[in-house]
Amino acid sequence: MKGNEALAEAAIQAGCRHFFGYPITPQTEVAAYMAKRMPKIGGTYLQAESEVAAINMVLGAASAGVRALTSSSSPGISLKTEGISYIAGSDLPCVIINVQRGGPGLGGIQPSQADYWQATRAPGHGDLHVLVFAPSTVQEMVDLVMDAFDMADLYRMPAMILADGALGQMMEPVEIKERPKRDLPEKTWAANGHENKRPHNIVNSLYLTPGDLEALVKERFERYDRIKSKEQRSESYMADDAEFIVVAYGASSRVCKSAVKAARAEGIKVGLIRPITLWPFPTDAIQEAAKTTKHFLTVEMSMGQMVDDVRLAVNGAAPVSFFGHTGGIIPSPAEVLGEIKKLAGGAK
Amino acid sequence: MSKNFNMVLAGFGGQGILFAGKVIAYAGLMDGQEVSWLPSYGPEMRGGTANCSVCLSDEPIGSPQVLNPDVLIAMNLPSYEKFIKAVVPGGKVFIDSSLISGKVEREDVEAFYVPATTLAEENDLKGLANIILLGKVFKEVGFSSEEALHKAIEKCVPARKAHLKDANLKAIQMGMSL
Amino acid sequence: MAIVFDRPHALTDVPTHYCPGCTHGIIHRLVAEVMDELGIEGQTIGVAPVGCSVLAYNYFGCDMVEAPHGRAPAVATGLKRALPDRVVFSYQGDGDLAAIGTAETVHAATRGENITVIFVNNAIYGMTGGQMAPTTLPGQVTQTTPYGRDVKVAGNPIRVCEMLSTLDGVALAQRVSVDCVKNIQVAKKAIRKGFENQINKRGYSIIEVISSCPTNWGLTPVEALDWLRENMLPYYPLGVYKDTSEEAKGNE
Repeated sequence: MKGNEALAEAAIQAGCRHFFGYPITPQTEVAAYMAKRMPKIGGTYLQAESEVAAINMVLGAASAGVRALTSSSSPGISLKTEGISYIAGSDLPCVIINVQRGGPGLGGIQPSQADYWQATRAPGHGDLHVLVFAPSTVQEMVDLVMDAFDMADLYRMPAMILADGALGQMMEPVEIKERPKRDLPEKTWAANGHENKRPHNIVNSLYLTPGDLEALVKERFERYDRIKSKEQRSESYMADDAEFIVVAYGASSRVCKSAVKAARAEGIKVGLIRPITLWPFPTDAIQEAAKTTKHFLTVEMSMGQMVDDVRLAVNGAAPVSFFGHTGGIIPSPAEVLGEIKKLAGGAK
Repeated sequence: MSKNFNMVLAGFGGQGILFAGKVIAYAGLMDGQEVSWLPSYGPEMRGGTANCSVCLSDEPIGSPQVLNPDVLIAMNLPSYEKFIKAVVPGGKVFIDSSLISGKVEREDVEAFYVPATTLAEENDLKGLANIILLGKVFKEVGFSSEEALHKAIEKCVPARKAHLKDANLKAIQMGMSL
Repeated sequence: MAIVFDRPHALTDVPTHYCPGCTHGIIHRLVAEVMDELGIEGQTIGVAPVGCSVLAYNYFGCDMVEAPHGRAPAVATGLKRALPDRVVFSYQGDGDLAAIGTAETVHAATRGENITVIFVNNAIYGMTGGQMAPTTLPGQVTQTTPYGRDVKVAGNPIRVCEMLSTLDGVALAQRVSVDCVKNIQVAKKAIRKGFENQINKRGYSIIEVISSCPTNWGLTPVEALDWLRENMLPYYPLGVYKDTSEEAKGNE
């Protein structure tokens, strides 16, 4: 299955029946798949007049208490940031897919990871976070879309799938497994018509009294702290006895896996830590590894964005280097191997 | 079948490059291998260059982007020129000699010349040069079992083009006989 | 003792923040009365805009959602698609509907989105303190047109009902006013028709209500209504611009 189609099918399997989109390369297959499937299962596919409208349709559907999804690529996500902020400020759950391409501006259409800062630091104005999941295989795209819907509902906040053009366009076998239903809180806050049986529900993000707004944001940040302590996810690969650790996510982590394997074959004790959640960032796993690691290498398809979080986690315990390509270029395993060798050579 | 392959298929958009790649990936999948298929994608739908990376492996696939193929299938000159230097020593290169007139100068790779486009036109298999070439690749490389290859063709030919299934199988046979 | 005048049930018992003489109060009341008469308060979800009526979510008794500036038609679309059997209305001002939210408005209308839109046109941005609106009249003085709106610089006002009446998805486009009792009665009928259209799945209905802003116009409430009649009504003629209720088919 193609990555983009897997994202869409996973959302359907997760019970999402409302998709609002706008075409943009390289994620358009998500919309096309939804356009084909939704009418057959009684769902809604609606092509909005803009990404701005699409995210606000998601806001409306999420307010009604249903699982809603929108999907775009980097320039379109910028347009959605307004809506994402309102959704976060209204404590609404929803899922947003970003199949990243090169930027800034219109940038390019080839795969990129240059929206890391946007996703983890400023997905919209104001004090807020969204959950950020970073799949590295088509199978994981399926699994994480399902997790994202559950987690969004559980924590009443937006969740983002941060993929890239390579993952969106590539085809790999996938298995869509039946999953045990999570116990999720009932959406008693939904604006879906009170039928004169309860007080009216108001979904809003406006609080004109500074004290009220601060209290609400603080409450939200306590929730964020709980998420940080409970929901960090990462994968370790050959990292147990590693002297050197490569940190990479998504498509670039696959390249790094190949490079780590090749380096091991040459006797270099190197491993990989692959963040699966980018927010919350898997700080704990990296901190733990920092106790025994001589040198970290972060590899990204950007000028170096996640490397900030790696440095914060390592907190000076070891040097942290960066290697990457931007503009739509995927680093090659040989290049990463070369960087690993430099570290290993330097440490001798 | 337990061999690892990193293939690049390249040509003009519209030649069925991506389709041929998909067939290989599906054939690997039918044989229980790990597979990946990664297309290049561009703003043009037809006539531009198109290429895809296909990996077949016994182990989970790392980078899905093939930079140094062990099998190259080239269906036009720009693609041939772009990728020929990247082929690993000992690799196999398949060329549609109806469209590419030159010969491979490298001596450390094995080259196969198939006039696939001409053969397709002469045998009422217009548009299936890609599959004729694929048949030849199958014969020389054996990337999957024959049964898996047939299943893959059936899987990849869309239902609305079901009438082309037999033509595809015929094209495979033709390629294999060369 | 018989009660002859009371607060509609669909209005909450909350004092509004509107300025003295502002006509938002009248329009709120009309919408609430219609909800009461149709018995739909429990089935209705309202969408509040950004602008003076942003706090409308506190005043209407039905469930309410606050939309980002201009996005009320998109939010209403999401709600309606999720809850096709509920009644969904948006309540928007001129800046919200006809400037920042023009795209959302035009596309919700042309899709025939089965919603009801209450559009309050007072020719000025009220909440931010009286700046030029898309509907500010030529020559009208505002904070950002201190020498009067010069159409050579600032362009011309938009006549929303006229524009939207060209679109196939629109079931009702009617301009009304709340400057006098007679017009208020017409306005209420139009609003009621807008809600009934939705219940009968007829598509997009917009009721444009010409209203006053004494505070930002710098007039007393009575002077403001006179100014409205003398200046706004000639530029924005009242009337039905489109009513295809019988034949219009909206999205279900």
